[in-house]
Amino acid sequence: MSIEPVVDTVDRTNMRISKSEVAIDIVAMHKWYSDFHVLRDINLRVMKGERIVIAGPSGSGKSTLIRCINRLEEHQKGKIIVDDIELTNDLKKIDEVRREVGMVFQHFNLFPHLTILQNLTLAPIWVRGIPKAEAEETAMKYLHRVKIPEQAAKFPGQLSGGQQQRVAIARSLCMNPKIMLFDEPTSALDPEMVKEVLEVMISLAEEGMTMICVTHEMGFARQVANRVIFMDQGQIIEQNEPEAFFSSPQHERTKLFLSQILH
Amino acid sequence: MADTIYAYVQTASQEPLPPPGRTTGTIYWIQKNLFSSFSNTLLTVVVGLFLLWLLPILYNFLIGHAVFQGDANTCRINVDGACWVFIGDRIRFITYGFYPPAEYWRPNLVFWVGLALIIPLVWTGVPYKILNAALFFLVFPVFAFILLNGGSFGLLRVPTELWGGLMITLLLAVVGVVGSFPIGVLLALGRRSKLPIIKTFCVLFIELWRAVPLITVLFMVSVMLPLFMPQGTTIDKLLRALVGITVFYGAYMAEVVRGGLQALPRGQYEAASALGLNYWKSMAFIILPQALKYVIPGIVGTLISLVKDTSLVSIIGIFDLLNAIQSAGSDSAWATPTKSITGYAFAIFIFFILCFSLSRYSLYMERRLNTGHKRGN
Repeated sequence: MSIEPVVDTVDRTNMRISKSEVAIDIVAMHKWYSDFHVLRDINLRVMKGERIVIAGPSGSGKSTLIRCINRLEEHQKGKIIVDDIELTNDLKKIDEVRREVGMVFQHFNLFPHLTILQNLTLAPIWVRGIPKAEAEETAMKYLHRVKIPEQAAKFPGQLSGGQQQRVAIARSLCMNPKIMLFDEPTSALDPEMVKEVLEVMISLAEEGMTMICVTHEMGFARQVANRVIFMDQGQIIEQNEPEAFFSSPQHERTKLFLSQILH
Repeated sequence: MADTIYAYVQTASQEPLPPPGRTTGTIYWIQKNLFSSFSNTLLTVVVGLFLLWLLPILYNFLIGHAVFQGDANTCRINVDGACWVFIGDRIRFITYGFYPPAEYWRPNLVFWVGLALIIPLVWTGVPYKILNAALFFLVFPVFAFILLNGGSFGLLRVPTELWGGLMITLLLAVVGVVGSFPIGVLLALGRRSKLPIIKTFCVLFIELWRAVPLITVLFMVSVMLPLFMPQGTTIDKLLRALVGITVFYGAYMAEVVRGGLQALPRGQYEAASALGLNYWKSMAFIILPQALKYVIPGIVGTLISLVKDTSLVSIIGIFDLLNAIQSAGSDSAWATPTKSITGYAFAIFIFFILCFSLSRYSLYMERRLNTGHKRGN
C-alpha cells in the first residue's frame, strides 16, 4: 500500500461542503455484540458534501460503524440521525433511510440470479415505483458512467471483480442516494482492478456526493477525503485533514498503523 | 544475472496444439467409462452378466410370454407371462374407481385441461406466465371441483366415495405437490422469523408433523378427527386425506427450503436491505429465487416421496391406483396365476412415469436456472 495519487488531478470545483446542512449525526453511540463492546462512545457529525475516509486496524469497528448508519447493525445506546431521520426500531424509518443511503460492499453482493440490468433496476422499480422503461434508461446511464454498458445483459458471475464492483456502485446510484457508504470496496479485488473502482469513486466525489469510505487505500484518502478518521478498539481516536493525518499523526497507535501499511 | 538463460523460461510464444489421442467418440467413451481400470472392467463384466440373466426373464414375462389378447381363460392356462388382458379389461375401474361410466367425460376433461395448463406453466420459454399461473392455481381448482363433484350446473353429483383409481392418485399428487410447496416456504420463512411467536409456532408445527408417521396422520384424520367434531357435521374423507398429506409434506418441505435459506450468503440479505427492499420484497425477488434454486434436488426428492406416499391412503379405504388394482384382482372372474404381478407391474409403470418426469423436470430447471455464477463470499 502506498499514498501515491490514484489519478493525476482531481477536479474540486463541485466539491462543496455545506456549513449548515448535516447529513449524518452520530451522538454518544455505543454498540455491543452480546458482551463485546464493539463501538464505544462514537460522536461523528458529517456535513453534506463531506468525503470521509475511516481507517484503522482490523477489528477496530470501522465496518460496524458504517453498517450502523443504514441499520444493517443495530446500536444499543446513543443516537444516529441520517438525513434528519433518527434510526430507531421503526421499520418504516429504517427503509426511508436505506432509500437515501447507498452502500457498496467488500464482496459486491450483486444478485447472481439477475442480469446486470435487472440488478440495477430492481430497487428503483420496486422501492421507488419508477416505471420499468425509465428505470432501465437510468440504469444504462449509470452503466455508461462506470464504463461497462456492454455488460448489461450478462449475469454477475460472468464479470471480473472490478467490473462487478463498478456494477455495485452503479446499482446504488440508480436509487439516486444522498449519501454513499463504501465498506472496503477494493479489498477483495485483484490489484490490477483496484484503480478502475477508485476512479469511479473519485468521479463521484467530484460531483459532490457525500461519502463515507472504509478503506486502506491511503492514496485515495489523501486525494479525495476532506477528513480522515482513525479508529482503534471501537473508538475514534484521531481525525484530521489528510495531509496533516499522514505527515504528522498525533496518536501513537496511528503512527504505528501508518508505519505498518505504508512502505 | 540478466544474461543467464533459464531452461524453463519460454523464449517463443507457444501455439495451442490438438490434444494427444482421442478425446471424443464412442470408443473413447467406452474405454474411459467401462474399462478404465481392472476393477472397473470387473464391474462392467459382472453387471453385464447380471443384465444378460435378468433382461431375458423380464422380457419373457412382460412381453414374450405375456397375454395380450383373449380373456381370463387364456390367462388361467398361462403361468409364464403377464396377464395384460386383465389390465385391459379392468382399465376403467383402475382409472376411475366407481365413478359412473356415463360421467367419465368429466374427469377426462379435468385431466386434459389440467395438462394443457401445466405444460406451458412449467415450460420456461412460454409467455403469459402470470395469466397461466392464475388460471391453473385459482380458476382450475374451482373448475375441477365443480366438474368432478357435480351437484351444480345440472351435473349429476358424484360423492367422493365413488372416486377412485388413477384419478385419485393424480388428484392427491397434484394437490399435494401444489399445496405443500407454499406451506413449506411459509413455514421455513416463519422458522427464521425474528418474531418469537411466529418462530415458536412454526418450529412446533414442523417438528410435530415430522415426528408422526404419515400412516398415523392418515388414521388420525380418518378415525379420530370425526370424534372431535360436533355430531352431524362431517368433513369429506378424501378432503381430510388431502389436507393430511399436504400439511405433512409441507412440514418436510419447510426444512428443505430452510436449508436453502441458510445456504445463501448473508451479503445477499444485506444488499437487499441496503437498497431499501422490505422483508417481503427482498424475499420474493432476491432470497427465495436463489434459495429455492439451491435446493431443487431436495424439493423434488420430497415431491417424489409425496407422489409415492399417496398410495398409503388405501389404508383408510380410499381407492387410489394401487388399491383399485388390488381390488380389481380380487374379482373371482380373474382368478388367474399372474394377474397380481401384472397389476403391480402396471402400478410400478405408472408411478415410474410420474416420478421420473418430476426428476427429469428438476434437472431441466437446474440447467435452465444456472446463471454461471460460482457461489461467492
